[in-house]
Amino acid sequence: MPNNIINHEIPDVILKQYGRDHFSGAYTNTPHVRVDKGNRSLPRLSKIIDTLEQVILKSGLKDGMTISFHHHFRGGDKVVNMVMEVISHMGIRNLTVAASSLTTVHAPMIKHIKDGTVSQIYTSGIRGELAEAISNGLMDNPIIIHSHGGRARAIETGQIKIDVAFMGVPSCDVYGNANGYTGTSACGSLGYAKVDALYAKKVVLITDFITEYPNTPFSIHQDQVDYIVQVDQVGDPAKISTGATRYTTNPRDILIGSLAAQVIACSGYFEDGFSLQTGSGGASLITTKFLREYMEKQNVHASWALGGINAQLVKMHEDGLIKRLLDVQSFDSEAIRSIGANRYHSEIDASYYANPLNKGCAVNKLNVVVLSALEIDTNFNVNVLTGSDGILRGASGGHSDTAIGSGLSIVVAPLIRGRSASVVNDIQTIITPGSTVDVLVTDRGIAVNPRRKDIAEDLSRYKLPIVPIQVLKEKAQKIAGIPEPINFEKKVVAVVEYRDGTVLDVVRQVKA
Amino acid sequence: MKIVKTGAAGTLESSDVMITVRSNGSNGIEIDLNSIVEKQFGKQIHAVVKKTLADLQVEDALIGVQDKGALDCAIEARLITAVYRAAGIEQVNWEALS
Repeated sequence: MPNNIINHEIPDVILKQYGRDHFSGAYTNTPHVRVDKGNRSLPRLSKIIDTLEQVILKSGLKDGMTISFHHHFRGGDKVVNMVMEVISHMGIRNLTVAASSLTTVHAPMIKHIKDGTVSQIYTSGIRGELAEAISNGLMDNPIIIHSHGGRARAIETGQIKIDVAFMGVPSCDVYGNANGYTGTSACGSLGYAKVDALYAKKVVLITDFITEYPNTPFSIHQDQVDYIVQVDQVGDPAKISTGATRYTTNPRDILIGSLAAQVIACSGYFEDGFSLQTGSGGASLITTKFLREYMEKQNVHASWALGGINAQLVKMHEDGLIKRLLDVQSFDSEAIRSIGANRYHSEIDASYYANPLNKGCAVNKLNVVVLSALEIDTNFNVNVLTGSDGILRGASGGHSDTAIGSGLSIVVAPLIRGRSASVVNDIQTIITPGSTVDVLVTDRGIAVNPRRKDIAEDLSRYKLPIVPIQVLKEKAQKIAGIPEPINFEKKVVAVVEYRDGTVLDVVRQVKA
Repeated sequence: MKIVKTGAAGTLESSDVMITVRSNGSNGIEIDLNSIVEKQFGKQIHAVVKKTLADLQVEDALIGVQDKGALDCAIEARLITAVYRAAGIEQVNWEALS
């Protein structure tokens, strides 16, 4: 009967029955445990690596792999450009970039596409010069546009396999406990990053603020993190959040917002304990203000609000009008403060938020959502991705996720934007199917999806300017004129994935 | 109407248009259009500008159009104002304008 190294007899039959090996020393199979019992600053107890280049080498990043980024720093993000510059310089090529979203600050990606560093992009949104270049056929492979819930699904099911996640965090300790609401580059919730931290093979944190261990409460956990790099700045604080989000003073947006709030208040969904999500656009934001007035007047409290959390929702939470906040992304400085300060302002990850294939995502429990739109057709299909010129300039975001999950999905849009009609016969690109959109609110009238006779009936009891959507379309056309159709090449530049992973639409290259 | 100097009207606000009218000797009408909706409405904007100029009997002019998505009525109004300014006419009989 063999002994183990501490000379205890272990019967072979036991090892065999349970499929185990002999104990072979306390440190043999646990590489992360310290052997040297030295002082606190022992290198073994820190995951900090000196430079980005070293960390990229250590991560094992090679040609053809997939890397990921999150977009919690919004327009202030410095991480994507910083990391891509180093990777490109190191000569690693043919990478897939799986970003939760990309914005106007990511124009330098153009040169990384041109020199072959990046050959495929997954993202929720794309804007600015990069979007224009891609619309004009920059890439050989079309980019894949996913919703926030769709991205979480793709990562959890292994459709997107992240080799290395490069994750900017506003603060972390030497062992990798990170949160989003402390440090100079505070961004609030790290909801999109949390999914990557769970599923990426290697997780690299990039921070400008190393704080004392343990950095509690944390969003990214030490047991998920491989390496940490300290840099001068992960983001530009002025552009990460722009103070407390202000209400619009645009009279048209105010009108739309007041009508949308009336629709909510007159619908059967407005009762004590209801839940809501509002977007970040001007009209959508001000809907919250008018809704608050109805809530106070009729003594109706919301049990929770979801999504991008902003100053208005925080105020309503702190005033007792909304009991709980579920926050996947904090839109302004007030939301960032609140997520650190308020016990019932909870951070949630993108899967909890909207993944259609997990065991229950928050959007499914949502009563009311207010969403924006670039274009909507007479079947209520919504475009939030391409402009009337056919060029990529928006984001899928949580649009399709919340539209289907909620009981009442309201789309708000001015009837005409610039000279472009918002209500049209054919939208350029479909992001959210009309079968999941319930009401359209414009400055020139409200249209209810004929599918929702119950809502039409509820609203008909009140004095609201309700018209068929065809009437809105004709009104828009009469004012704006009939545009000439945009000419496209055959080449597909973007593939629009529905939240379940099926292909909903494609975007083609715009003819020069 | 004869263009004697540079006249401008409008703003670069969204849904507005900035129109500049300058003398073009006797070289006819030249339109320099720059619009955010050029692909969709370029032809229509050209047509409105030409018709408005014809109505005002302007035969020679350099017209600069910086369009931010203005409707036809706004383009027409800005153009009439710019033409009157460029023609040096200060007293305008607005009611006579159709």
